[in-house]
Amino acid sequence: MDKEVFSLCFMCSVRCPIKVNVKDGHVAWIEGNPHVAGIDGSLCPRGSAGMSMLYDDQRVQSPLIRVGERGSGNWRKASWEEAIDYVVGRLKDIKDKNGGHSIALCERTQLSTHVSKTFLKALGSPNHFTHDALCKGSVNTACRSLFGYTDADIGIHYGETKHIVLYGRNIFESLAVKEVKTLMAALEKGARLTYIDPRVTVTASKAHRYWMIRPGTDLALNYALIHVILKERLYDAGFVAKWVHGINELRDFVEHYTPEWAEKETGIPAGEIIAFAREISRDKPSVIFHYGYRGASHKNEIYMRRSILMLNALMGSVEAKGGIVFKKGPGEVGGKAARKLVSQEFPKIEMPRFDKAGTKDFPLPDPNHGVAQIFPHAVLNEDPYPIKALIAYRMDPLMSIADTAQTKKALDRLDLVVTIDINYSDMAWYSDVILPESTYLERTDCIQQMNGLKPQMFLRKKAVEPRYDTLDGAIILKRIGEKLGIGNYFPYETMEDLVNWQLQGTGFTMTDFEKKGFVAYGSDQIFWDRENLPFKTPSKKIEFKSSLLENAGFESFPEYQPVEPPEEGRFRLVVGRSAVHTHVSTQNVPYLNELESENKLWINTKKASRLGIKNNALVEVVSSCGKGRIKAFVTDFIHPEAVFMLHGFGHEAGRAKRSFNKGLSDALIQENVYDKIGGSPAYHDTFVSVRPL
Amino acid sequence: MSKYYLFQDTRTCIGCHACEIQCKTNKNLPRGAKPCQIIQVGPKMINGLPKMSFIFMPCYHCEDPWCVSTCPTGAMQKRSKDGIVFVDKELCVGCKTCISACPWGAPQWNPDTGKVEKCDYCKDRLDAGLKPACVTLCTTGCLTFGPAEDMTQVRRQRHAEASASFENSSF
Repeated sequence: MDKEVFSLCFMCSVRCPIKVNVKDGHVAWIEGNPHVAGIDGSLCPRGSAGMSMLYDDQRVQSPLIRVGERGSGNWRKASWEEAIDYVVGRLKDIKDKNGGHSIALCERTQLSTHVSKTFLKALGSPNHFTHDALCKGSVNTACRSLFGYTDADIGIHYGETKHIVLYGRNIFESLAVKEVKTLMAALEKGARLTYIDPRVTVTASKAHRYWMIRPGTDLALNYALIHVILKERLYDAGFVAKWVHGINELRDFVEHYTPEWAEKETGIPAGEIIAFAREISRDKPSVIFHYGYRGASHKNEIYMRRSILMLNALMGSVEAKGGIVFKKGPGEVGGKAARKLVSQEFPKIEMPRFDKAGTKDFPLPDPNHGVAQIFPHAVLNEDPYPIKALIAYRMDPLMSIADTAQTKKALDRLDLVVTIDINYSDMAWYSDVILPESTYLERTDCIQQMNGLKPQMFLRKKAVEPRYDTLDGAIILKRIGEKLGIGNYFPYETMEDLVNWQLQGTGFTMTDFEKKGFVAYGSDQIFWDRENLPFKTPSKKIEFKSSLLENAGFESFPEYQPVEPPEEGRFRLVVGRSAVHTHVSTQNVPYLNELESENKLWINTKKASRLGIKNNALVEVVSSCGKGRIKAFVTDFIHPEAVFMLHGFGHEAGRAKRSFNKGLSDALIQENVYDKIGGSPAYHDTFVSVRPL
Repeated sequence: MSKYYLFQDTRTCIGCHACEIQCKTNKNLPRGAKPCQIIQVGPKMINGLPKMSFIFMPCYHCEDPWCVSTCPTGAMQKRSKDGIVFVDKELCVGCKTCISACPWGAPQWNPDTGKVEKCDYCKDRLDAGLKPACVTLCTTGCLTFGPAEDMTQVRRQRHAEASASFENSSF
């Protein structure tokens, strides 16, 4: 029978609304949900490859239990009963011997995250951590330091912007459909785009102004911009007087960060910095200094992100049309959000988190997400206590935490490693048990609460039955939980039960989602009154002078530390994304693999010629913690101090045959260094040498 | 010529290749066959800014298609009602003469079936009242499809809007 199902994509974490056509139990077509403004039928390349992923037989097809050494790739097929009994037996032993806190679970934040959090809370473990810190931990901390809100509470009003500034935010390649379409429409209406990146990307090719900045010096550029903006009174004086706390301290601080000083540091001519400041100020407050999607490049990341957010505040572009805006929840219009299982009562957990986030040792990172890159350190040093088990739920610590060799050593110390995933990820390959999850087209998921200018709820709804012996993640955890004696925290038998439980009290039912795939709490965009902005900082203002930072013993305005150029023959390793792949998870999808099957090392033409490196020739890249081989891409379009590679290649999982051993994994050579205040890894603070082979 | 025109707005194309995947998905094609393809040219510095071109290459559905006249089995055909050039798989013997004949590389080899595939503007979808797959799903909406006489309007509209200068006008 034919049917049309509205659902949510999950080829990446953006979760674009989709419409799925089903014919005789098979997915016949997927397109963007035509009822959602800004989507209008569109799908990105990854979303378009949904069927290619679904009908690929190189996915995990049944539960598997390891029979050889970890990572050897020897598996035996198991029934769900057997695999779950195996996991439960090991978890019981570990819990009895070492306590519930010795069990950790990591995941890429998703719709059922409240289920996995519930699972750990019920076991008495504080050690749930997400991929978020790896991506934007310091952006989160920077937002809280200024506004009292996290980055998740803030959005960008692309549609009406007049000038957008992107610091390496490669918005047209590392892309989300709605964002791209809305911004493209604004550009068509005459908005300006300024792009700053040591590498020429597609986004650079669409920009009205492009600066090939010296890698690592964006903060110097921003301090000089602030210098000019304050000196020439280019800021929104009314907004700043009313809402900014610490403008005088900032003024004193940037006094010596002149455009001439910044020119030496960044390579951007002083005159261009001044001209840009004057130009963008004419369009305030409908301007955006984009605070970033991934914000995990340097050890001083939090100050870089704060400087961007401060530029928005100076332009008055906070809660302004065409600026940055706060997301509104259903409460704004008298509605109720869907319930989450974490709202239940749990036994009190006394132990600190493994990463110590939220304690005096590591006070500022958000304990709701934790700090993933601390995990190997915590395990290897038993600091603050031994950890014995890790459940990795659609997250791959081996390829996303820097220094894979160290992460592997940490995994070797664990008594149990379980992966829940749809793919043979490298993490799955290095696990004791793989519990395969059904794909997004084969399962119903928890409610998506979409806060924004118009609060809405979306539903991922099963389109077809699972092709293989797979289950929904929330059902897998419930089944393990039941056998561990914590079944009472999972009050559902099916995903539909769980969704119905979530919807109780909201005034909506699952049927309401059938017509368009979503429900809306109201019909109008909600902007707060700019005279009464509810900032959640202690001063109730935007805290340039930050009580969050200063109460924790950190400075609001630390002196800029000059960025030294790399030694001769060495380069700063910079990484990024393309439009075709999602992080480390899609490289084996047939259609996506066909378009891009390996990564290459971008290297500046002059440097390559000095080193005797030819285009497309194999080179060896060496850092202090690892090395690997990759083909060179010799180009004028990258700063001579940097080399670049796409993230997500160099897979080790043998059953993912198309992506196996293709290209090089960045995590293999990145050092595990990070921003010790904000929490993000410093993925761009590794230096490498490159030699021809 | 076919009565249709597939217009690519190069200004809003971001070269994401989604069109290629949508096309292959609709035709259920294996690795290798790409009835449409985006070819990136550049970047190149133009007036101090890096520019890239993303050239969209489907089939141009010629007026007098060499692939049709050269096909020995009559598999390659031009649809009389709208001029769409398509291949009838039942008749294709995989001789590749059309591949040799087409100056633009439009006919594609399907290694699984040993036959030729090509852009037929998704005539299955057109006949069902839909647009071609690539046009329907394009990430930025840079592809537009319709009767050729309507398509020129897109550019005229844009040029008019770009050249209307309210601020600096004496009118």
